[in-house]
Amino acid sequence: MPGILVYAEHKDGKIKKVAFEILSEAKKLAARKGEALCAALIGSEVEQLAQLLAPYGAERVYCVESDLLANYTTGGYAKALCDLIRQVDPSIVLFGASINGKDLSARVAGRLGVGLTTDCTGIDLDEGGRLVVRRPMFSGKVYADVVFSDSLPQMASIRPNVFIAKADEGRTAEVVKLTSTLTAEDLMVELLEVIKIGGEKPDLTEAEIIVSGGRGMKGPENFQILETLADVLGGVVGASRSAVDAGWRPQSDQVGQSGKVVSPNLYIAVGISGAIQHLAGMGTSKVIVAINKDPEAPIFKKADYGIVDDLFAVIPPLIEECKKLKGE
Amino acid sequence: MVRYVVLSHGEVLSRTLAILRREEMDIICCVKQVPDTEAEIRPTADHMGINYEGVKFVINVYDEYAIEEALRIKERLADVSVTIVTLAPSRGVEAVRTALAMGADKGVLLDDPILLKGDAHATAKALAAAIKMMPHDLILCGLRAIDDDSFQVGQIIAESLGLPGVMGVVKIDISADKKQALVHRQIEGGVEVLAVRLPAVLGATKGLNEPRYPSLPGIMKAKKKEIGRCTLGDLGLTPDDVAAKTRVTVYSLPPIRKGGKVIEGATPEEKAAQLARLLREEAKVI
Repeated sequence: MPGILVYAEHKDGKIKKVAFEILSEAKKLAARKGEALCAALIGSEVEQLAQLLAPYGAERVYCVESDLLANYTTGGYAKALCDLIRQVDPSIVLFGASINGKDLSARVAGRLGVGLTTDCTGIDLDEGGRLVVRRPMFSGKVYADVVFSDSLPQMASIRPNVFIAKADEGRTAEVVKLTSTLTAEDLMVELLEVIKIGGEKPDLTEAEIIVSGGRGMKGPENFQILETLADVLGGVVGASRSAVDAGWRPQSDQVGQSGKVVSPNLYIAVGISGAIQHLAGMGTSKVIVAINKDPEAPIFKKADYGIVDDLFAVIPPLIEECKKLKGE
Repeated sequence: MVRYVVLSHGEVLSRTLAILRREEMDIICCVKQVPDTEAEIRPTADHMGINYEGVKFVINVYDEYAIEEALRIKERLADVSVTIVTLAPSRGVEAVRTALAMGADKGVLLDDPILLKGDAHATAKALAAAIKMMPHDLILCGLRAIDDDSFQVGQIIAESLGLPGVMGVVKIDISADKKQALVHRQIEGGVEVLAVRLPAVLGATKGLNEPRYPSLPGIMKAKKKEIGRCTLGDLGLTPDDVAAKTRVTVYSLPPIRKGGKVIEGATPEEKAAQLARLLREEAKVI
């Protein structure tokens, strides 16, 4: 039966926010198509998470459970999801463009022989009810409108924090458990260990507030004030390529064309000039703030708010002001 | 082509045994030629294509990590051959030549007007068809290409060949018997450690290594290395096999972020206070 299916990625017992965002947006499309909006939950104990998807619009939640799915593997999850798709037969499948979302959607597209568009910032339907999407290319320098061939399902992964999650708490969903003929061989790899880096802080790609430092920080020890500001705001610290190449911050902190693409609600760029490659990594941030003593820095052209001044004179009072606001 | 190389008796013996035991390892590197990251990218006047006039092309940086890793494996283990496969118009031969100058052994350019019309899915199928025609123990590619940003080709090649695919790899250790790889895969907030049986497709990402620059002797040697060319027919594929499943209808420039407020104030403290207030009351993000 036709329908729009949203792959609901989860981690450590929590559903990833991007799934709620996609459901909220896809609700409109499902209504226009006259089709059901459904969700897919894959893992070892996922049935208990199913009702969490209902407020965001999922009418039916399909669950595939197996001990073999306790941890993500491309092979295991692709097999389970393909089995699910073949049983449910949706016309459109949507994923969050997280690392595993991009990985899984690609493998599934290959297996099913269907079209996939990655990291989309807009979805819509054409007059025939077929999926059309908009997505950044060339690291955000150009946007492309993309259409699909008639092979179904049409698939897309969606950039996190672009759509807005809207909950209607009164809703419940029908929960359907599906079986999968998954065997250990389907996993194709052996997961030996997961090494956690960065403690409990969210990854840059999932953070809502980022305070980022560049060459203007002048040294690794000066990032301490950015850490403090980030802590007060409940955010995380990022870095430009200059700061990473100088060895001041680890690779995993780099925002930009050859680093991470981020899409937070607030991006504060401190001592960052705003090279094209950096902008490519944070261009879809909802609000951009730039603090730089060079009035000609390209970042000011993209910033919603700018302060042209010495960052070392601005950040400490900014920390105090934010503490005051948070205290209210 | 016959090569005469001077070997010691020991080398002759171990190489003969290696050939008899089939210990030779064939690494395939999938390499894409892309616009330089400094390039300003603009749509054509009709917005149906990209204007590449004056654009400089380079090897996709993520594929450079793949090439570098292949060369390091070749240096570490004996009897490893590295083949570069590129799908591109004729200018792609430059990318292949650069990879050969870094130290790869030979290259293949998939150059066919029909192939150039494909999307990521079609490209992956064509590359997989080419790889199937050669011995392949390990396929290395970049996690993504910095022009399309589709993140698909690596996994779809793996799927087409029925092989394990691990994308986003920051460490690769090939076992001494060349049959397994221990890899570190980057995920949000950490790293997965995976054991993968070869052959497999591994997608390289930043942090795997620092790619070398081609040396002058390398550039000279590369001029004599073999670059084959392949058309659709050579791959045993029909246009239907590589039909694109997605198509760009319009290219546009990104939404213009209206240059915002530069916050005025007599002192940095005043400006900071204003900013905090605006972020709370106007932008509503803190």
